[in-house]
Amino acid sequence: MSPLLRVEGVSRYFGGVAAVNKVSFELAPGEIVGLIGPNGAGKTTLVNLVTGVLRPSAGRVWFEGADVTAQRPWQASRRGLARTFQIVQPFPQMTVLENVAAGALFGGGAASRPEAEDVAMEFLEFVGLAPLAERSAMSLTLPSRKRLELAKSLAMRPKVLLLDEVNAGLNSAEIGAAIELIRQIAARGVTIMLIEHLMKVVFSLCDRLLVLHHGELIAQGDPRAVASDPAVVKAYLGSKYAAQEQQVGAGPVDAADPVDTPSGGGHD
Amino acid sequence: MKSSISSVRRPRRQGLVWFVPLAIALALVPLFFNNYYAQQATFVCMYAALALSWNVIGGFTGYPSFSTAAFVGLGAYAGAILQNAGMPMMLAWVAATAVTALFAAVLGYAILRMKGHYFAIGSIAIVESMRLLASSWSSLTGGGEGLNLPIFPGGPDHAGRVFFYAMFVVMIVAAMMSLWLDRSRLGFGLRCVQQNEDAADMVGVNVNASKIAAFVLSALFCGTTGAISASWVSYISPPDAFSILMTLKVPVMALLGGAGTVLGPVLGALVFVLVEQTLMSRFLDYSQAMLGVIIVFLIFFLPGGLLGAGLFERLSGRLARLRRASA
Ligand SMILES: Nc1ncnc2c1ncn2[C@@H]1O[C@H](COP(=O)(O)OP(=O)(O)OP(=O)(O)O)[C@@H](O)[C@H]1O
Ligand SMILES: [Mg+2]
Repeated sequence: MSPLLRVEGVSRYFGGVAAVNKVSFELAPGEIVGLIGPNGAGKTTLVNLVTGVLRPSAGRVWFEGADVTAQRPWQASRRGLARTFQIVQPFPQMTVLENVAAGALFGGGAASRPEAEDVAMEFLEFVGLAPLAERSAMSLTLPSRKRLELAKSLAMRPKVLLLDEVNAGLNSAEIGAAIELIRQIAARGVTIMLIEHLMKVVFSLCDRLLVLHHGELIAQGDPRAVASDPAVVKAYLGSKYAAQEQQVGAGPVDAADPVDTPSGGGHD
Repeated sequence: MKSSISSVRRPRRQGLVWFVPLAIALALVPLFFNNYYAQQATFVCMYAALALSWNVIGGFTGYPSFSTAAFVGLGAYAGAILQNAGMPMMLAWVAATAVTALFAAVLGYAILRMKGHYFAIGSIAIVESMRLLASSWSSLTGGGEGLNLPIFPGGPDHAGRVFFYAMFVVMIVAAMMSLWLDRSRLGFGLRCVQQNEDAADMVGVNVNASKIAAFVLSALFCGTTGAISASWVSYISPPDAFSILMTLKVPVMALLGGAGTVLGPVLGALVFVLVEQTLMSRFLDYSQAMLGVIIVFLIFFLPGGLLGAGLFERLSGRLARLRRASA
């Protein structure tokens, strides 16, 4: 199958430092791909490059066979390339319903505001926020805001959805529900790229992993194979943990490990 | 203003209940009262149209524009020059409106990249630049001496009525534009921009095009108003046309009525003009200080304006507390 999204040698420099360095990858229709890497690895920057928030210093981005390197974010979302923000970005003084209706109307191509509100209600039910539809967005708790962000991007009827740490800051019960939700989104035919610090989430959802370190793609492939790749272990955990690791003698990013990796996912 | 009480939508929809009676009352003023009152009613309509216009960019979109007088002045000069060149008065008003809209589109493209106080300062600098241009381009604008326009025939009472109804129509059209905008796709996009520009971009709002459209809508009726008042007073000069005081007054009126509410700016303009007139007649020297007092009052006591979400709730809360206290 031809790739839905193709990223070709993309780089982005901030004052001479490469936050993303010659990264290439593809997303095939229907895949769930995990993007992992330590804090500051360039994951968010990569999402920004793919969705037109930032312009690449070099390289190209292709979506459905078209060169979209120079697109603006609003064009990306109208094309079907949606993302969530790591730091949630609601319209604070609008209702939850209006927030999602905005996604349906502008990104999702709903014909009118009433139609957009119908679509919005459908996705609020899907993420479990329907009872809060008339509340203002800023009155929501963090887990609800994360769900709102998800509903908003789903209402844009994306073909590819880039999820930037939608689970950060959630407790383990909430994470279980979130995993289920992401699985259901994929079942609707949405191709997903998931930025995630929690290995439990990555292993239970992803078909494939990409590992970013200092802006470079250092490994990609089957999640378990990637997680035990020595280069990944070293990059991901640093030499201090790698040393501990040799003493203990077990895989640090063990598939069975239900908790955070040491680089932490508790931040937002 | 940052009350978490459900949506900001509800107070906006109550507008027509008082707007229709107010408009009817205004329309009757020139029929039953003398020319002085007709003149005051004309000012109310004019400032209501200007405050409604400002609300599109300052309220809906959240860009603190001080360009009102640049558009009013441009409309005045365009109308005057065209009328003096032989164009019929009404046609000159329409043409002045078009010229102003075009100018706003180009200007918006340039200055809407700035945000916050940078935008505010940029927008007020435009007024000064326009005033300097009007003072120095003597061959076209008459320079510092200004321009005379043909005096409207039929005597002052008749003229007063004609110009009142002209302003009245502009106010009604501006109000209709606001009501339409509130329900439209563009208006929804502008509210998204006002709340969070990055998020608006992310959900698919063409932010730049929307902001320019808002700026043009905020300029249109300023141009018309400027052209009509030029014909009304039959004389324009750079400091009158490009008035810094006006460019400050209009946002204050909109804030007084409730920025972002659909018709609140009309109420703000009405209250402001009435207070200004009563104070002007009594304490001529202090009328400018009054502007300062109103601004301070607004900031401390009425952050949401007369129609803002907070006021009704705060008042009813206070009443409830009083009732409980007396029970
Ligand atoms: N707009 C910017 N200007 C300058 N430097 C930036 C900018 N955005 C990101 N960076 C830098 O680029 C690097 C990569 O940041 P990025 O946010 O992409 O990392 P990340 O992998 O998403 O990290 P985290 O896991 O903490 O979210 C960091 O060193 C960061 O400081
Ligand atoms: Mg990040």
